[in-house]
Amino acid sequence: MGESVIGAWIAAFLTLGILTFLYKDNVIYKISEAIFIGVSAGYWFITLFWDNLYRKFWVVGIEGGQWELWGGIILGVMMLCRLSRKIGWIARWPMSFIIGAVAGLYMMLYFTSNAMVQIRSTISNLTESVNVGDPYYIIGNIVVAAGTFSGLVYFYFSKEHKGVFGATAKVGIWFIMVTFGAAFGYTVMSRMSLLIGRIDFLLSDWLKLIS
Amino acid sequence: MKRQIPMMILSTIGTIFVLAYFSPGLEELEKGGSIFFDVVACFAFFLGGSNLVRVHIQKIARHNPGWGYSIVTLFGFGLMLFIGLFKLGNPLGIAGAPTEPGSWFQIIFQYCVAPLSATMYSLLAFFVASASYRAFRAKNTEATILLVAAFIILLGRTQLGLVMTSWVPDWLSIAQIPNLAVFIMTSPNLAGQRAIMIGIALGVVSMSLRLILGIERSYLGSDS
Repeated sequence: MGESVIGAWIAAFLTLGILTFLYKDNVIYKISEAIFIGVSAGYWFITLFWDNLYRKFWVVGIEGGQWELWGGIILGVMMLCRLSRKIGWIARWPMSFIIGAVAGLYMMLYFTSNAMVQIRSTISNLTESVNVGDPYYIIGNIVVAAGTFSGLVYFYFSKEHKGVFGATAKVGIWFIMVTFGAAFGYTVMSRMSLLIGRIDFLLSDWLKLIS
Repeated sequence: MKRQIPMMILSTIGTIFVLAYFSPGLEELEKGGSIFFDVVACFAFFLGGSNLVRVHIQKIARHNPGWGYSIVTLFGFGLMLFIGLFKLGNPLGIAGAPTEPGSWFQIIFQYCVAPLSATMYSLLAFFVASASYRAFRAKNTEATILLVAAFIILLGRTQLGLVMTSWVPDWLSIAQIPNLAVFIMTSPNLAGQRAIMIGIALGVVSMSLRLILGIERSYLGSDS
C-alpha cells in the first residue's frame, strides 16, 4: 500500500470522526479533536520556529552579524517567565515591547489605510460618478456615501440617538445589517463549500466511487 | 519598578514606531524593529506551547475527566515537534524546509491537519443553519434586512437565483437576483463595511494613543 492510500484512510477516519459529532458528542469525535489540537499546535510551533527564530534570528542575526537581535531573544526568554508565579512580572517587559510596537505601527497604518483612504474613496467616487453620467453608477455611489455617513453616525455614542440624528443612526444600522447579512451569506457558502470538499474527498479519493 | 519600566518601554517603542512613519531616517529602524518584534513574538508562541503542555500534564497527573484525550493531544504535539525539529523523512535532509513536499512533516499536515481543519470548519455549516433559524426569524426591521440580504447573496451566487428571475425583462435587469446580489455587494454592503472600517480605525488610533500616553494600563494586570 502506498503512502497516499494509508494517508487517505487516516484522513477519512479523522474526517468521519469529526462528522460523528453531528449525531452526538462521542469518543471518536473527542479523539479526533485531541489529535487536531496537538498536531496543529505542533505544526504552527515548528513553522514559526524555522520561519522566525531560525531564519530571522539565526540567519539574519547571528550569521548576518546583526547582534542587536539578541535583544529579541532576551525579551523572548523574559516572556517565558510568565510561567513562574514568583517572577511572572518580568514578562511585562517584552509584552510592553510588543504592545508598544503594535500600537505605534497600527496607529498610523489604520489611520491612513482604513480611515483616510476609505473617506477619500467615498468622496472621490461620488464626484467621479457625476462626470461619468451613468445613472446606476451615480445611484450606487450615492448609496455608498449615504450608507458610510449614516453608519458612522450610528457609531457615534457621545450624543443620544434622537431626532434627525437618531433617524440617521437608524438608517446606518440598516446598512450595517446588510453588511452582516452579506458576510453571513458568504460564511454559509464557504462552510458549505468545505463540506462539499470533504464529501468529495470521501467519495472520490477514499471510496473511489466518483472518478 | 514593576509597572513604571513596562510603561516606559511601551511609550518609547510606540513613539519610535509612530515617528518612523514620518521620518525617512527612521525607516531602517522600523524594518529592524519589525524583525526584532517577530523574534519576540515567536516566544509568545513558545509560551502558548508550554502552556498547552503544562495544562495537559496537570490534567493527566490529576486524572481529571477526559485525561486520556490529553495523552492523545500531547502525543500529537510531541510527534510534530520531534519530526519538525529534526526534519525526519525530509528529502533534502536538515537543510530543507520543514514543509518540503514528501517530508513526513508535510505528509502529516496533508493527511491530518488539513482534513481535520477543513472538516471542523465544515461542521459549522450545520450549526450555522440551526443558529440562523433561531436568530433570523424576522422579529424586527433589522433582522428582516439581514435575512433578506443573506438570502439574496446566497441565491445570487447559485444557479437557482438565475433561473428564478430569468423572466425579468432586461430593462429591469437590476431586479434579477444575481444582479441584485452584485448591487448589494458593491453598494450597501460596501457602505456598511466602510463605516465599520473607519470606526475600527478611529478606535485603534484612540486606543494606541491611550497606550502610548500611559492612560491605558490594563495590560499590566491588577497585581503589583
